[in-house]
Amino acid sequence: MRPSYLTDGFSLRSWLLTTDHKRIAILYLGSITLFFFIGGVAAALLRYNLISSRGLLGSAEIYNKLFSMHGVVMVWFFLVPAVPVTLGNFLIPLMLGARDLAFPRLNLLSWYLFMIGGITVLYAMIIGGVDTGWTFYTPLTTLYSNGHVVLAVVAIFISGFSSIATGLNFIVSIHKLRAPGMSWHRMPVFLWSLYATSVIMVLATPVLAMTLLLLAFERIFHIGVFDPSVGGDPLLFQHLFWFYSHPAVYIMILPGFGVVSEIIPAFSSKELFGYKFVVWASIAIAVISFLVWGHHMFVAGESLYSALVFSLLSYAVAVPSAIKVFNWVGTMHNGYIRFDAPMLYAIGFVGLFTMGGLTGLFVAALAADVHLTQTYFVVAHFHYVMVGGMVSAYFAGLHFWWPKITGKMYPEMWGRAAAIIIFAGFNLTFFPQFILGYLGMPRRYASYPVEYEPLNLLSSAGAAVLAVGYLLPLGYLIWSLMYGKDAPANPWHATGLEWKTPSPPPTENFPATPVVTEPPYQYPLKEAVSHE
Amino acid sequence: MIPQATKDSVEVDYLIGALVLASVAILALVYGLILLYMFRYHAGSKAERGRPSRKSWRFEIAWTAATMAAFFGLFLWGADLYVRLFQAPANALQIYVVGKQWIWKVEHPGGQKEINALHLPIGRPIQLVMTSQDVIHDFSVPAFRIKRDVLPGRYETIWFEAQRPGSYHLFCTQLCGAGHATMTGEVVAMSAPDFEKWLSQGPAPTGARESMAAEGQVLFMRLGCSGCHGAKGEGSGGAVKAPALVGLYGSQVKLSTGAVVKSDDRYLRDSILQPDKEIVAGYEPIMPSFSGQVDEEQLMRLIAYLKSLKAKEKP
Ligand code: HEM
Ligand SMILES: [Cu+2]
Repeated sequence: MRPSYLTDGFSLRSWLLTTDHKRIAILYLGSITLFFFIGGVAAALLRYNLISSRGLLGSAEIYNKLFSMHGVVMVWFFLVPAVPVTLGNFLIPLMLGARDLAFPRLNLLSWYLFMIGGITVLYAMIIGGVDTGWTFYTPLTTLYSNGHVVLAVVAIFISGFSSIATGLNFIVSIHKLRAPGMSWHRMPVFLWSLYATSVIMVLATPVLAMTLLLLAFERIFHIGVFDPSVGGDPLLFQHLFWFYSHPAVYIMILPGFGVVSEIIPAFSSKELFGYKFVVWASIAIAVISFLVWGHHMFVAGESLYSALVFSLLSYAVAVPSAIKVFNWVGTMHNGYIRFDAPMLYAIGFVGLFTMGGLTGLFVAALAADVHLTQTYFVVAHFHYVMVGGMVSAYFAGLHFWWPKITGKMYPEMWGRAAAIIIFAGFNLTFFPQFILGYLGMPRRYASYPVEYEPLNLLSSAGAAVLAVGYLLPLGYLIWSLMYGKDAPANPWHATGLEWKTPSPPPTENFPATPVVTEPPYQYPLKEAVSHE
Repeated sequence: MIPQATKDSVEVDYLIGALVLASVAILALVYGLILLYMFRYHAGSKAERGRPSRKSWRFEIAWTAATMAAFFGLFLWGADLYVRLFQAPANALQIYVVGKQWIWKVEHPGGQKEINALHLPIGRPIQLVMTSQDVIHDFSVPAFRIKRDVLPGRYETIWFEAQRPGSYHLFCTQLCGAGHATMTGEVVAMSAPDFEKWLSQGPAPTGARESMAAEGQVLFMRLGCSGCHGAKGEGSGGAVKAPALVGLYGSQVKLSTGAVVKSDDRYLRDSILQPDKEIVAGYEPIMPSFSGQVDEEQLMRLIAYLKSLKAKEKP
C-alpha cells in the first residue's frame, strides 16, 4: 500500500511547502484551533468581568479591548474560515473523487495569507489592541479611537484575500474536478453548501476589502468619506460594512448546514429528506443574503421605506433556513438512528440553530427590533446561530471525519459526554441573555445596573460549563492520536466517495479514479447496521 | 420586570408575546419530533418503519407555504407598529437632546437644561430632536421600548407618550468609546402639574434662564444673521437680498433646482451649516457657512428661534 498522506515525508519542509490539500487542511486545523482558543480566553474574561455589576476587571477600556479582540478573532479568524478551510480543504477533493483541488499552490498561498493576517492581528492586540468592537463603526473608529485600528484593519484585509482565493479554488474545483458520473444532482450537500459559501466569499469579500481600505484612508488622511463635518456620511460605513457582513453570516452558517446534511442521513441510515430542496435552499440563501443588510440599521437612521423593505426581505431569507430544519427532522423519521458523538453534535446544531433562527424573527419584526436591538437579546441571538449552530456543526464534522483525517478513532464515550456538556453549557450561558436583553441591558457595557446581576451570574456560570465542554475535545482528540484505535475505511457505514479510500487516505487520494453511479445517501433499506 | 411606561410599550409587548408564542410552538414541534424520533427509531428499536416515501415535494411545498404565510403576518404586525412609532403627532412637545462622549445634554424649550436626565410630563406626546457632537450614540429607554441612534451632523427624532409617573433607565446603546457604559441617566415622567412646577424651579446651570428661542434671538443678532435676514427675520435686512424667515418652519420651500423641500429641523440646520446645498429659488448662493462657529446647542437655539417666528407675526 502506498504511504498515507501523513507518513509521506516527515520534515518540517514537507509540511510548510506542501501542496497536498490534506496537509494544508491540517495546517489550517492547527491555526484555527489556536485562534478559537485565543478568542475563547477573551470570552472567558468578558464573562468574568460581568459577574459583578461594577465590572470585575475594573477598567472599561480593557473590557472594550477584550470584546473587540474577541469579536475580531472569532469572526474573521475562526467562524468565517473554520469549516471551509479545514473540513472543506480536506474533503472537497475526496468527495469529488479528485486528486487535489484545482489550484494546489494557490491553496498553500491562502494559508500563508491567513497566517500573515492572523499574526498581524495578534500583534495589534499585543501592542494595545482596538476598542471599537468588531464592527468598526465610524466616526468612532476614524476620529476618536486611540487603538491600533489601521493595523487591525490591514490584518483583516489580508485575510480577506485568503478567503477569496479559497472561494475561487473551491468553485473551480467543483466545476471541473467531479468524478465521472457525478452530475450536479449526485453531488453531496456538503459540496453544494461549500459551493454556495464560496460564491458569497468571492462576491462579498471585495466589498469588505474596499470598505476597510476607505476606513484606513479616512483615519490616516482624513479624506472625508465618513466624517459629516467635511461632508461625509457616518451611515455610509454601516451600509458598506453590513453589505459584506450580513452575507458573511451565511459564510459562517452554510457550511454548517452542509456538515449536518451529511451526518444526519449517515446516522439515521436513511436518504436525506428532500435533497433537492435542501440544495436549492442553500442557493436561495446565498442569493437573498445580499439583500438584507439594512436590517442591522432599523434604528440607525435609515429611511422608513428602506426599513420596511429590509424587514420583508429578512423574512424571505428565513424561509429556506426553516425548510432545512424540517428536512433534517424529516430525515430522522423512520430511520435507524445511532447516537454517536457526531450525531449528538448534529442534533445539538439543529436545536440551537432553530433557537437562533426563531429569535431572528424577533429582530426582523421592526417594532420589536427597536426594543431588542443593541441589547443582550442580540448577543444571545447571534451566539445561538453562530456559536451554538456553527461551532456545534464544526465539532460534529470534526468528529465525523476525524477517523478519515487521522486514521484514529476518538473515544466515543468522551465524545458523547462533551456533546451533551456543550449543549447544556451553551443554553445556560446564552439563554439568560435573551431575558437580559428584553429587560433592556445594553450590549458592550463593562458595568451595568445592579438589577441585571443575577442573570449575568447565571450566564457566567454557564460559560464555565461551556468552557469545560470545549476543552474536553481538545484533550481526547489529542489523546486519540496517540492511543486511539486504528480506524477502518468507513467506520460509520456512510455513503460518499471519501469513505471509499483508506483512513488516512494516501497522498493521491484514490488508487484509481472512482466512478459515481447513483445519487448520494443511498443507504440500504435494512435493519440496523450497528457500529461496534 | 420591566415597566410598560408608555402606551406603545404595551403594543410592543403584545408583538413580542406573539413572537414568543410562535417560537415556543415551533420549538415544541422541532424538539418534540426529534425526541420522539430519537426514542422511536433508535437503531435497536423494533418500531414499524414502513417504506420510506420518496415523494416529499407535497410536504415541502406545504410547509414552505405555511412558513411564508406566518412570516408575512409577523412582518405586517411589526411594520405597522414601527410606522406608527416613526411618525410623531403634530402637537408633540419638542425637547432637544445632544449626545457627547459621555453625557446626555437636554434642553427644554423654556431653556431649562439638564445633564443625564430628562424630565417630562405624562399624557402628552413628546418628540425628542437629537444630535451628537462627536461619535454615534443611541438614546434608549427600555421602559418606553424606544431607541434611536443619535448621529453627528444630523437630527434624528423619536416620539412617545409616557403614561405613568416614575423614574426609568436611560442608556446609550451604541458603542461610543471608553465611557460607553457610563453614558446613562434617568428619565423622570411626572404628572402635568408636577412637571410645570419642575419647569419653573428646574435647573438653570448658567445663570439666569431664558427660553431657547430668546437665546436663539440673541445669537441671531450676534452672529450677524439679522444683517441679511432682517432684525426680526422679516427679510432683506440690508443691501443683500435674503429670504424672509418668518413662517418658514413647516412650510414648503421651492429651491433653485425646482425641487420642493419641507422646512424642518434638518433643513434649517443644513441651511445654516451648508448654505450652498439647497438654494432657495430666486436668491444668490452668497450666504456664508456658519459651520465651526456655532456648536450643536447654539444651533438648536437658533432653530428654536426660527421656529418661534410664527406666521402670525407676518403682516
Ligand atoms: C464561552 C463562550 C463565549 C462567551 C462566554 C462569550 C461571551 C461574549 C460576550 C460577553 C460578548 C460581548 C457582548 C457585548 O458586550 O456586546 C461577546 C461578543 C461576541 N462573541 Fe462571544 N462568547 C463566547 C463564545 C463565542 C464564540 C465561540 C464566538 C465565535 C466563534 C463568539 C463570537 C462573538 C462575537 C462575534 C461577539 C461580538 C463582539 C462585539 O460585540 O464586538 N463568542 N461574546
Ligand atoms: Cu454613547
